Amino acid sequence: MTASVKPEYHKTLFFRLLGIGIHQKLLAFASLIILLIIFSVTSPNFMQTSNMIAILQAASVNGVLAIAVTLVIITGGIDLSVGTLMTFCAVIAGVVLTYWGMPLPLGILAALLAGALCGLCSGTFVAKMHIPPFIATLGMMLILKGLSLVISGTRPIYFNDTPGFDQIARGSVIGELIPSLPIPNGVLILFIVAITASYILNRTILGRYAFAIGSNEEAVRLSGVNTARWKMTIYALAGSICGIAGILIASRLNSAQPALGLGYELEAIAAVVIGGTSLSGGRGTIVGTLIGALIIATLTNGLRVLAVAQEWQTIVTGAIIILAVYADMLRRKNTA
Amino acid sequence: MIKRYPLIGILSVVALFTNATVALSEDQIYIPLISKGFQHQFWQAVKTGADQAAAEFGVRITFEGPDNETVVDRQIDMLAAALANKPQAIGFAALDSQAAIPLLRQASEAGIPIVAFDSGVDSDIPVSTTTTNNRAAASLAADKMAKLIGGKGNVAVVAHDQTSRTGIDRRDGFIERIQSNYPSINVVTIQYGAGDQLKSTELTKAILTANPDLAGIFGTNEGSANGVVNGVREMNRRGLVVIGYDSGKAQKDAIRNGLMAGAITQNPVGIGYETVKAAVFAVKGKTLPLTIDTGFYYYDATNIDDPEIAAVLYD
Repeated sequence: MTASVKPEYHKTLFFRLLGIGIHQKLLAFASLIILLIIFSVTSPNFMQTSNMIAILQAASVNGVLAIAVTLVIITGGIDLSVGTLMTFCAVIAGVVLTYWGMPLPLGILAALLAGALCGLCSGTFVAKMHIPPFIATLGMMLILKGLSLVISGTRPIYFNDTPGFDQIARGSVIGELIPSLPIPNGVLILFIVAITASYILNRTILGRYAFAIGSNEEAVRLSGVNTARWKMTIYALAGSICGIAGILIASRLNSAQPALGLGYELEAIAAVVIGGTSLSGGRGTIVGTLIGALIIATLTNGLRVLAVAQEWQTIVTGAIIILAVYADMLRRKNTA
Repeated sequence: MIKRYPLIGILSVVALFTNATVALSEDQIYIPLISKGFQHQFWQAVKTGADQAAAEFGVRITFEGPDNETVVDRQIDMLAAALANKPQAIGFAALDSQAAIPLLRQASEAGIPIVAFDSGVDSDIPVSTTTTNNRAAASLAADKMAKLIGGKGNVAVVAHDQTSRTGIDRRDGFIERIQSNYPSINVVTIQYGAGDQLKSTELTKAILTANPDLAGIFGTNEGSANGVVNGVREMNRRGLVVIGYDSGKAQKDAIRNGLMAGAITQNPVGIGYETVKAAVFAVKGKTLPLTIDTGFYYYDATNIDDPEIAAVLYD
């Protein structure tokens, strides 16, 4: 029945004014809304403030990691080390705060620096040594997983001696202002990271070069740009964002769990792809990634609240990832 | 419709099929169980026991667990989703004894009793903890070992680790029983192989080289026990008494063909059953003991196929 709707439908003034970029996000956003509606209709317990907050909280760590990967993917690369880098940064914070007893800001700074440094390593492997990003970051993923275990002595490091640490993600600044809306700080941090990353991508020279390198690296290099330096900067930036994710997860668990992290990179990449970012580089948005992370969190939570058997949850999630990307491709073909 | 909007199409299908699976009846007691794992045979056996109790007491349960025992945050997300369904009670096997405490406190304040199972939580929130008494189980292993080696001689322990609760309890339960009841038996060494079969094999060979007169070895979990059997086989030491822990195909085979004298098995079915039973009692306001021992068995070639034993063993 809807087959008779012509592509002109999309070309109303409203959409033309908003432009194609927004248009693409609308599809992901619409999927999110549809998911929310379906789950609300099928389960009376889904749509309640505490559960919506649980979804946002579940999306926060993955969302921050996904933003880090988005930056790298836009340059035409990939970063498989984000999950174990997050853990590594959490462990570094644990060492600085719990083992050395340093004040809280130093622990956070150490985690961010560790992230940036590891990102810079990956960036150097990719940009200077020309190791394919997949291999370079796969290597980093394993190195960091091992390092986390070595440094922590394969035991979780607890933050019981650092007052206020667990409030970084669990506390709620918003809840203190509006008691009926206790949105945890972790979610707030996710949105701050998203806005900052979006600003960097769209309003700074670093962002412009990231897109340009992802579209045609050779052309950019031939026009006299030091592409290696910009790529290394992007990887380092992504690394420090993983440091933020490390602080978030450590705060949420009030502990640095050294064995955790493997597999988190794939969920982050899934969020990026659902959000409409092209794996071949040169195209992507942070808003899309954010919505992608929310879709995954909503889906996981919704299926659980519906008490779908666990075997089926993973099957449904996989099918929806494929369909979401397929729908995005169809739409792109139509508007091209 | 489906062609233009495949995503919407599949979501409606999903919605239809999930709607059918969740026939929520308002008056039935609902108890979600959040476990440490899901696809391992051990956890499937726990689920079997939980399902039995659910059928017996007429309650509805769900059983969920993360893919592996490292993803502490994912387990907390599961707990959060379970709380959204306003359950009457929750069963929880913590991956980390501290990380879930804020959420558990929230549940407890909302009047939802929590029954910890398999491993405890570092707080007084759970109304009860259902678990294997590992210390008592390891003392039983010591008694069997003493009997099989004739009450005297040197024995060794290959343990899985020195930090986890199970590692400490199994090691100490065995050693304390030997020291207090069997003065002519000597525990010559305790080695730790991280539950890794290969590592435990190498350890065992080193122990056998250093102690040519050794009479028996106790392996404290599945990986350790299999490693001990391997080591003994590679060194070709006949007549050495090996006692293991848990089950699994390799260990069962070793018992059947005489390489292993016998093993302690926990009762995963009992863990599941007692957890749901305790949760039902908690909902009905009955007082519960702080820990509920879910039982254990010693099995060897003579009783490995008894229905009671076979039901709690896994491959």
